[in-house]
Amino acid sequence: MAKVLMKGNQALAESCLRAGCRFFSGYPITPQTDILEYLSWRMDEVGGKCVQTESELCGVNMLFGAAAAGARALTTTSGPGFSLKQEGISYLCGSDLPAVIVDVQRIGCALGDIFMGQGDYWQLTRGGGHGDYRTIVLAPCSVQESVDLAYGAFDLAEKYRHPVIIATDAALGQMMEPVELPEMKEHDMEKYDWYIRPRKEDEPQRAIWNRYWDWEDGGHKYPAYILDKYGRMEAEEQRWEEVETEDAEIVIVAYGTSARVAKSAIARARKEGIKLGMIRPITLWPFPKKAFDGLGPQVKGILDVERNILGQMKDDVILADENRHPVEFYGEYWDNTSEFKIVEIAKEMLKRY
Amino acid sequence: MIEIICSGVGGQGVLVAGTVLADIAMEEGKNVSWYPSYGFEMRGGAANCELKISDGELQSPYCLEPDILLTMSESAIDTFEDRLKPDGILLVNSSLVSEDRKYRDDIRVVGIPATELAAEIGNPRGTNLIMLGALAEASELYDVDEVRAGMNHYFDKKGRNNPKNTEAFNKGVEAARNNG
Repeated sequence: MAKVLMKGNQALAESCLRAGCRFFSGYPITPQTDILEYLSWRMDEVGGKCVQTESELCGVNMLFGAAAAGARALTTTSGPGFSLKQEGISYLCGSDLPAVIVDVQRIGCALGDIFMGQGDYWQLTRGGGHGDYRTIVLAPCSVQESVDLAYGAFDLAEKYRHPVIIATDAALGQMMEPVELPEMKEHDMEKYDWYIRPRKEDEPQRAIWNRYWDWEDGGHKYPAYILDKYGRMEAEEQRWEEVETEDAEIVIVAYGTSARVAKSAIARARKEGIKLGMIRPITLWPFPKKAFDGLGPQVKGILDVERNILGQMKDDVILADENRHPVEFYGEYWDNTSEFKIVEIAKEMLKRY
Repeated sequence: MIEIICSGVGGQGVLVAGTVLADIAMEEGKNVSWYPSYGFEMRGGAANCELKISDGELQSPYCLEPDILLTMSESAIDTFEDRLKPDGILLVNSSLVSEDRKYRDDIRVVGIPATELAAEIGNPRGTNLIMLGALAEASELYDVDEVRAGMNHYFDKKGRNNPKNTEAFNKGVEAARNNG
């Protein structure tokens, strides 16, 4: 199939439709609005429903209803809107509902700003809602990868009967790149026997509620079910890309657009004889711990590169690395992440370690 | 790797000029990233896009050393002139820039009175395509006929081409040839 030039946001939206998504509910917020704008006309063409809700709360709760009824359902937002969706995400997890939520990250707390940022790592990976839950978080670093991950996200959500979050950022959402789009699929609305339907005679009632009520023992086996479910996700779903780690002395850890800049920094450093490499998490949760176990004895230090102030991913890097190496952080807020600064910091680290 | 920045103010069509170049690169089978930046306003605020074109894998979307800088406003020159590669080409919409303006002496400046030319042909919305024609003529990285054909192919695909686009493009080619 010929490639088309598309913005990351639009390509991601199109990919969701091609994965069989026929329901969208969400509220506009920069830099995510292209998705809503695109689906407002495109969803009609494929026979689905696109609802611009009155708020993010309504967006995530309509998603709950659509998922319970068996639709492949999508909501998308950014920063402040993602905060508003947290309660809904907790409810999706508590009710074992598959759905896809996209956070096109921007920068800062509160209103922050509409610019490029990776402000939501903690919220994405820890969850801002209540209770014991995690969600698989997919982090693409190109328009093509946005398409590929979105296409598989609904299958992943159904595999675990669990919401999946896709974390892109303002740069990836607004950027255009040539992409190859996958084939259009139709989702079977009768695929699972738990989809809510009117009760027929002699059939048990179907209900979507807190899953622990489904256990006849009063829910005592529920914790074991939860431990097993999250354990399987951690064991089976860690994904990452390695860039020249075989001989790297300093290993960058970066995702999304920061990882793109890091790749340029690696090329630049290698021209100067500095052995720089990278682990790029593609799943932010489960965090790719296995990648760190494979690092060789030549590694002297790890550099976490993110577009935020506090280095939100650094804790996960330290936990995954199990204190085998010193871990430093380089972040930018207003300015673009600089490949020059990455090389400079790597040089400094090589002097110290 | 080729790096190009198209910059001006919202409403001038700099993002479209960049999109045409991105589409041409894609049609040639190259990798390309088109990264926009614009203000809150629909018109009047700073607007630009950064293009990276390569046969290999694309990395950072940010242009640090552009080969070509297409500018349509004075503020665009203020923002990006320093970044231009030595011997790089700076295209200036001379209708909107003071004649006394001083430029770096290690770059090639091509002044095109694009706003006036657009008025001459009665197509003020074609100013960006005049600049695009000038870019194709001025830069050794591009062939004029290929860019013209690529531009028409892009607008044809969108289903809204117009002979006025070619007229504007040719006006820019001619102006760059005379000013080169």
